[in-house]
Amino acid sequence: MSKPAHIAAMFDRIGGVNALPVVLMIIALPLIGSFSSWVTLTVAGLAMGMMIFLMASGLSLVFGLMDVLNFGHSAFISFGAFIAASVLAWLAAWVGADSLTLNFLALFAALGAATLFGLAAGWFFERVIIKPVYSDHLRQILITIGALIVSEQIILAVWGGSPIPVPRPALLEGSFVIGDVAIEVYRVFAFFLGLAVFIALTLVLNRTRIGLLIRAGVEDREMVEALGFRIDRLFIAVFMTGSALAAMGGAMWAGYQGLISGALGGEMMILVFIVVIIGGLGSIEGSLLGALLVGLLGNYVAFIFPKLALASNMILMMAILLWRPWGLRPAVGK
Amino acid sequence: MSDYVLRLDDVHTDIGDYQVLHGISFNVPQGGVHVLLGRNGAGKTTTLRTIMGLWRARSGAVVFKHHDITAMHTSDIARLGIAYVPENMGIFGGLTVQENMRLATATGGFDDGRLGHIFELFPAMEKFWDKPAWSLSGGQKQMLAISRAIIEKRELILIDEPTKGLAPSIIRAMIAAFEEISRDTTILLVEQNFLFASSLGRNVCVIDDGRIAHSGRMEELVADKDLQTRLLSLSLDAHQ
Ligand SMILES: Nc1ncnc2c1ncn2[C@@H]1O[C@H](COP(=O)(O)OP(=O)(O)OP(=O)(O)O)[C@@H](O)[C@H]1O
Ligand SMILES: [Mg+2]
Repeated sequence: MSKPAHIAAMFDRIGGVNALPVVLMIIALPLIGSFSSWVTLTVAGLAMGMMIFLMASGLSLVFGLMDVLNFGHSAFISFGAFIAASVLAWLAAWVGADSLTLNFLALFAALGAATLFGLAAGWFFERVIIKPVYSDHLRQILITIGALIVSEQIILAVWGGSPIPVPRPALLEGSFVIGDVAIEVYRVFAFFLGLAVFIALTLVLNRTRIGLLIRAGVEDREMVEALGFRIDRLFIAVFMTGSALAAMGGAMWAGYQGLISGALGGEMMILVFIVVIIGGLGSIEGSLLGALLVGLLGNYVAFIFPKLALASNMILMMAILLWRPWGLRPAVGK
Repeated sequence: MSDYVLRLDDVHTDIGDYQVLHGISFNVPQGGVHVLLGRNGAGKTTTLRTIMGLWRARSGAVVFKHHDITAMHTSDIARLGIAYVPENMGIFGGLTVQENMRLATATGGFDDGRLGHIFELFPAMEKFWDKPAWSLSGGQKQMLAISRAIIEKRELILIDEPTKGLAPSIIRAMIAAFEEISRDTTILLVEQNFLFASSLGRNVCVIDDGRIAHSGRMEELVADKDLQTRLLSLSLDAHQ
């Protein structure tokens, strides 16, 4: 066996592309040096990855299913963030209360409001903006960028131009301390919320008839119609879910940052596009894998080589595309 | 008209700016295999896609039993009882054999009798039941595409060049399967392989350049060597 083939076989044995985040973690440890810093950065990276996963999964399915390029996706992220911030500010008494129940209700209200807004806005966006330009990429790009600009202006008009603080429910404040390692509660919560969404999406995609239709539609939507199904009805359901998850991701991100400005959506969108491309369009597993890699790499590089932080994810994307032009986990078995 | 399952009446179809079908008319009676022949690029696939509503007829009518389906949505046409096996087979590679077939059922459940029958026709389907469809060979994919079309009772099956790239032994198995299927389902078959087509077909239409060049009973075409040379040399020339 030649040396590269040997390495490839070993790579497959340890889990193939699924093991990449773990490989990245192991490589980072000696470079970072301190174990407690490594744990902190790893938890931050996983939490950030899961929040990006929430934002990216819908976009990936929307593109996979209908070839629709939605550059307006970041509007859902921004609206989710600002709506959550407003709800939390409005429920300030509950947010700061000494009662876990009230804390939890405030959190639930903020995430719920953002998510419900995402569902409704997703419906409106699909019917009014996307539907007239199915299968016309140039017009999709133009019209969704147009919608994005309008959304940003609405945010500016409603919430003003200066950054606004996001109160965090007391129950998510603080850290778990284990030895000399401190782990922020919020990060753990973000991680498990993302994991729960991933498991739910995977179950729906793999165990239900609508999931079967979505997976089939990602491969060949014409054939799904020739079997007697309305792909457009399927698509609007997927679009609304994707928008709702983006808004939920935006809401979580707002709480993570603590201070948000109108630029948030656009900043996250760059990462979301990178995740969707390296993960493989139309694949939920791919989005998760891509998001974890981007989250971890971003945090590690910001610590080890701060000057490279911005470029690192672009470099990651180029490297992965050179290696696997269809992304890590493309939806269609190739 | 009710003795015809399908009737095309002066169908014109454009693809983009190209006029591809210039008035196709034919009738498909109930039962048996009916064949569309024609050289490459003649418009056979376009005819099937127009029936399925995947291309829209600019003028003319497509009538299925008593329904005018010319302007219907593809999914509604399928639900009336028409199955389509496209030239590329339309297999979902990322789905298992089972999932591919399940999608073609109305409720998501299988009729054990029909399924057992399919396993008899195509044993490979049972063998690869839980394997992803991309791992099947070309012939097995074609069998899956046909199995999917017959997993529930249909009135009419449109099949586009099922023998393309298949070994002679598999083609013989296909002939047996089609004879069996066509006992209770009408089949409209697009085919280049004259041997295959002539051993199955009851009626035949030859399409050339978007028009019907000939139509009649298959045995007439098989018996009439002159006609055969004239029509089939067309296709031989096109293959040179
Ligand atoms: N998507 C398309 N865009 C433009 N022209 C097309 C398209 N599909 C088919 N055509 C044209 O329409 C004509 C008929 O094509 P069609 O696919 O119906 O032929 P066919 O009889 O099925 O041929 P073959 O035996 O090669 O499959 C051809 O001239 C082809 O170039
Ligand atoms: Mg063809």
